Amino acid sequence: MESYLGIDIGSISTKGVIIDSSNNIIVSSYIWTNGDPISSVKSLISELKSKLPTDYVVKGIGTTGSARKLIGLMVDACVVKNEITAHAVGTMTIDPSVRTILEIGGQDSKIILINNGVITDYAMNTLCAAGTGAFLSSQAKRLGIPIDEFGDMALSSICPARIAARCTVFAESDLIHKAQMGYKREDIVAGLCKSVVLNYLNNVGKGKKIEGPIYFQGGVSKNKGVIKYFNEVLKTNVKVDPRGHLMGAFGVAILASRIKSDKVYDLKFTDIDFETKGYECAKCSNNCEIVRIYKNNKLIDSWGSVCGNVGT
Amino acid sequence: MGKIRVAFPHVGNYYVPAKFLFSNILDVEVVDAPFITNKTLELGEKQSPTNVCMPFKYTLGTLLEVADKADVLLQLGGGCKYGYYGELQEKIIHDLGYDIRFYNIVTAGRIDFFRVYKYMKEIDPKFKIYKGAYYFFLTYKMIKYMDSIDHYIRANVGFEVWSGEFLSINNKMLQEFSCVKSYRELRRIYKKYFKLIRSVRLNKPEKIVKIGVIGELYTVMEPFSNYYLEKELARFNMSITRYTNASYLLFSKGKYVRNNIKRVDKYVKYKMGADATDNVIRTYDMCKNGYDGIIHIKSAFCTPEIGGMGIINKICRENDVPILFFSFDSSSSSVGIKTRLEAFNDMIEMRNG
Repeated sequence: MESYLGIDIGSISTKGVIIDSSNNIIVSSYIWTNGDPISSVKSLISELKSKLPTDYVVKGIGTTGSARKLIGLMVDACVVKNEITAHAVGTMTIDPSVRTILEIGGQDSKIILINNGVITDYAMNTLCAAGTGAFLSSQAKRLGIPIDEFGDMALSSICPARIAARCTVFAESDLIHKAQMGYKREDIVAGLCKSVVLNYLNNVGKGKKIEGPIYFQGGVSKNKGVIKYFNEVLKTNVKVDPRGHLMGAFGVAILASRIKSDKVYDLKFTDIDFETKGYECAKCSNNCEIVRIYKNNKLIDSWGSVCGNVGT
Repeated sequence: MGKIRVAFPHVGNYYVPAKFLFSNILDVEVVDAPFITNKTLELGEKQSPTNVCMPFKYTLGTLLEVADKADVLLQLGGGCKYGYYGELQEKIIHDLGYDIRFYNIVTAGRIDFFRVYKYMKEIDPKFKIYKGAYYFFLTYKMIKYMDSIDHYIRANVGFEVWSGEFLSINNKMLQEFSCVKSYRELRRIYKKYFKLIRSVRLNKPEKIVKIGVIGELYTVMEPFSNYYLEKELARFNMSITRYTNASYLLFSKGKYVRNNIKRVDKYVKYKMGADATDNVIRTYDMCKNGYDGIIHIKSAFCTPEIGGMGIINKICRENDVPILFFSFDSSSSSVGIKTRLEAFNDMIEMRNG
């Protein structure tokens, strides 16, 4: 039977799903990127392949996430799409009535507004990464709390500490200040969760009309504290799908399934050697950082230059 | 002793008319500033206050790059709400130990005729007012022609069959413009290229996606500072409209805002400084004229545009036109910008069905 693979390579985690032709998830996987997208995708694909029933053949691959271009080249994907479209397509397949998608990932946060199955507006954090997953995990480390306990700890707080929401650095100094004043740890943790919500709504969600049904996705949606304060501030219940973290991969798998091709992927990437070499071009004072991709020591693509020079 | 060497910062292609003007009216040698690169930005950033806008850093960087090759620097900063624009750059350059004369043509948002005359006399004591007026008129016409060709190119570059054709024609035109002698010659060249540019083969689809680009003037006009946004948009086969250009800013902005602010009095009653009012009016018009999307770009920390953004957002929401805001900083990555533009293109495609 036909099946389609979607891979979402984020800054923190790599997600992969294989769907059948009626958009049901057959297998899925979620692993850490650990700063090495190529080897994490290799292990992701071999894991998915071992779990996939043998009567399925993969007929399309889509990639999304920040490493989509590199991985798209590596796996010879038929669709390489941005995260925004992928998340919207995935969520709309699960719930066609969705109006708003709130997404907070490792390094970016975005809001997508949908009306009648069409993306009508979106925004993504531009200059500032305050209030993203990376911020929460670094603060959890500072407080010595495992990130999985963070949410539950926040729920146990009765009166969250007020923590400046505007900027990561100020939030951090605020947090230290509150800790030095003797605030309870759960109050500080709850305050952090609340500051993530406020920062998100003031920054990415500014001027956007947030209407229900609202879906909350991305790695941070696993944090119960953040969900609680979204509910409190938005005065409705935000929905969190248990598959929420896979939505980008799911969406891009659907996009891949829409492309009709006869190509069959054998998913054998483990023995292919991929290497990227970055170097600074010195031909002009732009000093572009040119990235060159080698497959088994053969140059297959290169990008990054302003003038189009591929670097030889 | 050789001639006095004059230099000025870059904005888009406008170094061509600027060089033409100054080398004709003054007995000076115009030094070409190097094109903006990452090195320019690095230099400018190092010497600027951290929270100043990007155009300040870009122009200061360019001025520093030519400072040891020139005797006189000219700057047009000062139209901004941030009044001491050129003055601060002058101070920075002098503090760095450059013994160089610095003239800021626009101060407090105005070009004072007598002051500019005085400056010209100081640079070249033999400066003649009638010669100055003649070449000023010629330059004015040149900028007008450049902008009108640019306007056409921007609307059609996304559909050219042989990519790069428009660019090469435009570059040839600029080359010929830079050595014209009379108005008749200028007009002849313009007519020639006007025909040439309209003969470029286009492959237009039935439904053309129209995108308006608005925002802070420098960021809009200098492609390096907006990460070649218009080029990226053209790659998606979009037709781009941008009203902010030199001929508008220098010659018709005041009148345009005065005459049109009434139409948007639901949103703005008073002038908001810099280009914010214009952008509100443009947004209103684009929304009413069936544009498929609007992109607003500005440098980080640009106060007038921040004031305008809320209103622009509201107008777009009321008219159901998607808007994308970009705020560029020296650390913006072009990958993030491409992701957003790609999503913007997907969104418009979905909306259009």
